Amino acid sequence: MGAAQQSATGIGSENGTRVGPAGASAGVLQPHTVGERDMVQLLDAAGNRRHEDTFGPYVDELDAETLRGFYRDMAVVRRFDAEATALQRQGELALWVPVVGQEAAQIGSGRAMRPADYAFPTYREHGVALTRGLDLADLLKLFRGISNGGWDPRENNFHLYTLVLAAQTLHAVGYAMGIQRDAAADSASEPAAVVAYFGDGASSEGDVHESMVFAASFNAPVVFFCQNNNWAISVPFEVQSKVPLVNRAGGYGFPGIRVDGNDVLAVYAVTQWALDHARSGKGPVLIEASTYRVGAHTTADDPTKYRASAEEEAWRAKDPLQRLETYLRAEGLADDDFFAQVKNDGDELASHVRRATLALGGANIRQKFATVYAEAHPLVAEELAWFENYEAGFAAADTQTSQGGAA
Amino acid sequence: MSTSNIFKLPDVGEGLVEAEIVAWQVKAGDIVAVNDVLVEIETAKSIVELPSPYAGVVAELLVADGDTVEVGTPIIRIGGSAAAPEESASPATPADVPAEAPAMKPLVGSGPKADAVRRRPRAGSPAAVEAAPAAPAAPAPANRVLAKPPVRKAAKDLGINLADVAPTGLRGEVTKKDLLSHRDQQAAGPAAAGDFWAHAPGPAVAEDPRIERIKVKGVRKATAKAMVDSAFSAPHVSIFVDVDASRTMEFVKRLKVSRDFEGIKVSPLLILAKAVIWAAARNPSVNATWTGDEIIIKHFMNLGIAAATPRGLMVPNIKDAQELSLKELAIALNALATTARAGKTQPADMAGGSLTVTNIGALGIDTGTPIINPGEVAIVAFGTIKQKPWVVEGEVVPRWVTTLGGSFDHRVVDGDLSARFMADVAAIMEEPALLLD
Repeated sequence: MGAAQQSATGIGSENGTRVGPAGASAGVLQPHTVGERDMVQLLDAAGNRRHEDTFGPYVDELDAETLRGFYRDMAVVRRFDAEATALQRQGELALWVPVVGQEAAQIGSGRAMRPADYAFPTYREHGVALTRGLDLADLLKLFRGISNGGWDPRENNFHLYTLVLAAQTLHAVGYAMGIQRDAAADSASEPAAVVAYFGDGASSEGDVHESMVFAASFNAPVVFFCQNNNWAISVPFEVQSKVPLVNRAGGYGFPGIRVDGNDVLAVYAVTQWALDHARSGKGPVLIEASTYRVGAHTTADDPTKYRASAEEEAWRAKDPLQRLETYLRAEGLADDDFFAQVKNDGDELASHVRRATLALGGANIRQKFATVYAEAHPLVAEELAWFENYEAGFAAADTQTSQGGAA
Repeated sequence: MSTSNIFKLPDVGEGLVEAEIVAWQVKAGDIVAVNDVLVEIETAKSIVELPSPYAGVVAELLVADGDTVEVGTPIIRIGGSAAAPEESASPATPADVPAEAPAMKPLVGSGPKADAVRRRPRAGSPAAVEAAPAAPAAPAPANRVLAKPPVRKAAKDLGINLADVAPTGLRGEVTKKDLLSHRDQQAAGPAAAGDFWAHAPGPAVAEDPRIERIKVKGVRKATAKAMVDSAFSAPHVSIFVDVDASRTMEFVKRLKVSRDFEGIKVSPLLILAKAVIWAAARNPSVNATWTGDEIIIKHFMNLGIAAATPRGLMVPNIKDAQELSLKELAIALNALATTARAGKTQPADMAGGSLTVTNIGALGIDTGTPIINPGEVAIVAFGTIKQKPWVVEGEVVPRWVTTLGGSFDHRVVDGDLSARFMADVAAIMEEPALLLD
């Protein structure tokens, strides 16, 4: 997609029409400023550190322990993700939503948050969950169908996964407006901000627009963090938007930053900047992290049906873990022992998650009926009766099958 | 002895009810760790590898390659643990080597069974292994054809292999337009003759890339066996008769416009089918089975119709065709053809045939010596019907002429009987009004 197509006037002169560009008169919107190739990058795909005046200093001040921590988190969440995927394949989860490829966007942004900040995730923020200190085994309860949530969001300021696309952006802005009001009522309260996670697909939802309008109007302390992983299930990004999403921030009147979402250092730095901006009362920021969903949308999806493997290969070359490992080794900040330890930590987490998941037992659907309303309700009772009847019929058929069926 | 564990086929998609066992990666006696790949399965959505939930020794595979099994069916028994069960191996990929065989590689595979016209190469297949073994960016398995579901459906309906269609869409996607222009091209000339001489598309013989080897299996294998069994056990005798089918053509024409047959496809095959049933009743020995010490005469007609289907040659039959009115027979023929074309002919549809018709005329062929469907003793080949010079009362006039061919098992049907049967069939084609008899 060339720059011509990104012209904000949107009136091309192709097809032989006489309509040319709208010109530069006052009143004519000028093209957006962030192009497809523009993005903040502090560590390139080959693991070389890039100099940058505004965001570089956020990383310069980090010690080796922190940098190693970034790597550890990314590697551990990747290992966790592989285990969860295997558990789904073994029939232990109804569904799983893989995160591979997006570790830097999640660990970098998650690590930039303070305990008092609050995250509103989609259903794929396993990396952010790790940085918030959740027991990752809790994430699997939802996907096993035994819980509507799985954890108490207040314990780690990490909201429940939201499966309704983009709905959490509204919740996030509402929460941010609450923080604002708390601060107005009690000036001693700790400054805090909210991070609203969403994806390129969700960016087309009306909820995102409404939440950004409200956030701008009320100057809410919220960072809109868009992981643009290039695929909304099977819809490629170029169908989603003609211009990089970050340009939309200009329309709402708040700052926007496009960052290399596979560069954990850059993601960390820009999120720090945005959170500082929000906490200090300057209002919302939109971050577009350019990344890629290397695997399937969910375990029920098969991306080979809608995209070419060459594209996946190209993105694998920008792997977020590989470039940080290269950097850490080149700078002498980490050695083989460290990487062996990380692998060990990942395997330990994986076996913990496996044990915890197998111990969860099955879903109790009767409990769902019991908790629709606080008190008994005739419709729910009727539906429960229908269900019991249905289940009874099912069991009988089961018995027949096993009696007559082959071994 | 410790107890063994049974792994039941899970629902790996959302709401899937069954899957096909594509290939076991383990066998009885193998030692497996948790998350070792056990088997590759194909669901309606994709091909998926199932990692082992248990560690231990494989005691028994409970289903075989190629089986389609329901979700919940026990597929493998893994015996007493050889390793601590909770010590899980990292599934598919160690976390620290993302570049080689990433854990979340796309689910290898093709789509719903029906459109799996060509299975793309899988990771770990010989071709993938040979290429650049240690390179971190080893070439990924070639992607299957990209196409949206409505296009896949249309391709399936048209019996076109999407892999054969030249894509022009975004990211190399096959569009509906591509599909339709491919169909038009196909209709214009024999399929893909253009680059046929260039190279063999499939697995080539190592020493000569121009030689293509096609594995004999499935329907091809079954057809071959049936034909050899029949041709070399039943002494075939074939006879032919030319027929003036002009009245049949008129009759078909009238049926097409009659209100009674509105919406029903009528073709000369319908009249032939009726003629065969009629003639068999007058010459019952053609509707029989040879067992060696008995001849079994069938007082019913399960009329087989040979059909080229996406899966190969099938001979489904119309059960108790003797009971059907002309209209019912027309409907039954249409249903049989539709089912066969969709590749949905069931084994039961093909069982118990008593006599077969092969409509080679549909391909423009005049006649041939068909091979009898095993278990039967007669088969009728229906040639193309075209205008030819015909002598009527000393004058040469253009008439709609066809050739009927028949092969008979001489152990049961002697020359005179086969001749009478064919003459009866021919009589009806010449004068369908005889059916009123």
